[in-house]
Amino acid sequence: MRAITMDRVESTRQEILNIITSPTLTHEQKLTNLAGQADSLLEVLDLPEGLEDLLAPVEGKQCICDLFEGHAPMRPRYIVPDYEKFMKEGSKFLQLEAPKDFFEALNHLLIMYKHVPSITNYPVYVGALDKLLEPFIDEVDEATAKKFIKMFLVHVDRTVLDSFSHANLGPEETKAGRIILECEEELEQAVPNITFKYDADVTPDAYAIRAIQTALKSAKPSFANHKMFAGELTEDYVIASCYNGLRYGGGSYTLCRLILGNIAKRAENIKDFKDRVLPYVMDIQARYMDARVRFIVEDSGFFENHFLAKEGFIHREKFTAMYGLVGLAEAVNILMEKEGKNGRYGQDTEADALGVEIMEQIRAFNDNHDAPYCEATGGHYLLHAQVGIAQDVGITPGTRIPIGEEPEELIDHLKHCSLFHKYFPSGTGDIFPVEVTASKNPEYILDIIKGAFRMDLRYLSFHDKNSDVIRVTGYLVKKSELEKFKAGQRVLQNTTHLGTGAAKNGHILERKVR
Amino acid sequence: MDRKGTRMKKENIKVPVNRIIPFSAVDGPGNRTAVFLQGCNLDCKYCHNPETRALCIHCGACVGKCPAGALSIVQEPTDTMGAKKSRVVFDPAKCVACDTCIHTCKHDASPRIQWMNADEVLAEIQKQMPFIRGVTVSGGECMLYPEFLTELFAKCKELGLHTLIDSNGMVDFSLYPDLLAVTDGVMLDIKAFREEDHVRVTGSTNETVLQNAAFLAGEDKLYEIRTVVVRELFDPAEVIVSIAEFLRPFTDIGRLRYKLIAFRPFGVREQYQIYESPDASYMQQLRLVALQAGFKDIVII
Ligand code: SF4
Ligand code: SF4
Repeated sequence: MRAITMDRVESTRQEILNIITSPTLTHEQKLTNLAGQADSLLEVLDLPEGLEDLLAPVEGKQCICDLFEGHAPMRPRYIVPDYEKFMKEGSKFLQLEAPKDFFEALNHLLIMYKHVPSITNYPVYVGALDKLLEPFIDEVDEATAKKFIKMFLVHVDRTVLDSFSHANLGPEETKAGRIILECEEELEQAVPNITFKYDADVTPDAYAIRAIQTALKSAKPSFANHKMFAGELTEDYVIASCYNGLRYGGGSYTLCRLILGNIAKRAENIKDFKDRVLPYVMDIQARYMDARVRFIVEDSGFFENHFLAKEGFIHREKFTAMYGLVGLAEAVNILMEKEGKNGRYGQDTEADALGVEIMEQIRAFNDNHDAPYCEATGGHYLLHAQVGIAQDVGITPGTRIPIGEEPEELIDHLKHCSLFHKYFPSGTGDIFPVEVTASKNPEYILDIIKGAFRMDLRYLSFHDKNSDVIRVTGYLVKKSELEKFKAGQRVLQNTTHLGTGAAKNGHILERKVR
Repeated sequence: MDRKGTRMKKENIKVPVNRIIPFSAVDGPGNRTAVFLQGCNLDCKYCHNPETRALCIHCGACVGKCPAGALSIVQEPTDTMGAKKSRVVFDPAKCVACDTCIHTCKHDASPRIQWMNADEVLAEIQKQMPFIRGVTVSGGECMLYPEFLTELFAKCKELGLHTLIDSNGMVDFSLYPDLLAVTDGVMLDIKAFREEDHVRVTGSTNETVLQNAAFLAGEDKLYEIRTVVVRELFDPAEVIVSIAEFLRPFTDIGRLRYKLIAFRPFGVREQYQIYESPDASYMQQLRLVALQAGFKDIVII
């Protein structure tokens, strides 16, 4: 382990005190942040030369961001346990037999959630709830099922304090799925995030409409292109955290992101960007991720010792890692300016074509980089259009068009999405607030989803612009909670804090209404 | 001239298009492209889009008022002898959609009209595929252009699109069997039931409207009927009950969608902004009246 300076120790001590005395952080948030400060003092990773300069958190300059993963990762960032196995066999470590009835099934899941780690210490995946509960659903009458599922969902919302936590439904119609959708429509709460895996050949229209009605009320579920994900990751995939496609029984070791706009600032022109600057930064990010992955697998002891791995709820061989990026829009606009051109990303075909060229280059790089311990995904990382964090200023998520610059017509916006969604098997998405009038015609949304998925869009979210729960970038917050937080009160979900940053810096409340 | 000859001649005609809404959630089932044609044959007091009623007479009054320079006057030859006539032309690229021109116009017209034939409109529609399930043509009154509609819808049908006409029912649909053959349904306004009420609201009698309602119901082409509720102009409850009685012999009215639209003053000409907008509880009362009359699919807007 390398030594560090006393200055760094002192500033960390100050940070620790700030956390302890913070008036807005909850107890759990304080614990998480304190742990982060502890491992920030370690220097054990084999870091590539040049990383420090690219990673330095200077606004407008930082080129690589490791999303607060710390200096000595003790567990993979995202973990996707095989809950079906747990429901069939129970767990020795948790001293639980397989659940015998509907009530035990719900209770088992709630127990398990408290033992699934992640970057946030809350589970980022809580299971395909429809498939997990369907075998038990006919044991009780529907009113009872609904009452207990509702209690279960409220429990999750109030104890899994993180909207990155994600449940999946579909593509098949199930009674359990329908009840969950009905409950969520009534509850209008932020956790868990829900993705509906939609496949026009499998999902009946009426069931999709049921899901859309819930989405317009509570901003979830979002809709994932099931055929596309299954084609890339096999049928054994899940959507976890924001909108991340991952293998079931696996997860993602790490996620780092290229801040493309700031990378573009370092280039003279387009040619310099493509030939020199971008390849240099991509290589360093890849080798930084390699180092993180190696530490988790070879040194942390996680896969040898954690009960999830020991009992076979996760398998090291099903893990991969996510090679992320943000700010394609800024990169394109900066490079266009450097060439003396005024076309802008999302509005100009030449600018969009440049965006596609950059994505092709990043894909080719990733396809040629041999990633350690990623046999689950062909020995390579998965590209990920990262959704942004609250501290981002002037950085547009993934490949999105900056808010306020969306094309006048939705069709042009969707066509733009169709250029970029295909690059991101581990996730990307776009968000469309719609007018109340559309709530009276959910078939309108269904038509858009059907058309979008035929045009290779991957992931779409809709919400009524008047609904209380809104999708910020990939996660959900309540507008009323945002107001409270701004007024200085404590709020339960830690993502509300992120949302406040995103509302201020990311203009999320000004997104174009369709 | 024989029938075929007439049709040959009428093909490719250009119609005045007020606007095309690429994605509409409110003009029929699912996502649809909505096409609004210019010109109307009624004069409803509560018209919400009075600027779609007439064709521009090129008086030029709006040209100087446009803040964006989107309107200009050109001199066009009217014949080979060199006689010229002023025409107002519109540049959509410059327009900032401020609506100053339509508020200026005293002729219930708009200078922002594009003359388009069926192929040109179809090209706009095709741009929206595969996101739309259908097309709705509205107005103004789109039945003033039945040949255009027939041509457009025939082409839409080839693309597998659902086709709806939004009409005030003043043109006799039974005269256009070719059009009906390519039309999936008609959304028909029944603005009042008693003749004197209809005259008060629209300036015309409703004999043809009711005849159309019966005919379309019998042909299973009546997709929806609707009434704008203005209590000062007629008794809305009476209208609902009368329509139910009138249509019962022709169709199962339980299958018919009835849309009741609360009058709102937005866009209405100043002299008619005198009516009260019925509140939600009154509209709910009307829903009950409609339910009792036998309608089941009732939409309140
Ligand atoms: S709506 Fe367009 S054409 Fe009319 S006045 Fe405004 S800018 Fe000019
Ligand atoms: S739109 Fe109206 S004001 Fe403008 S030129 Fe035509 S008739 Fe005159």
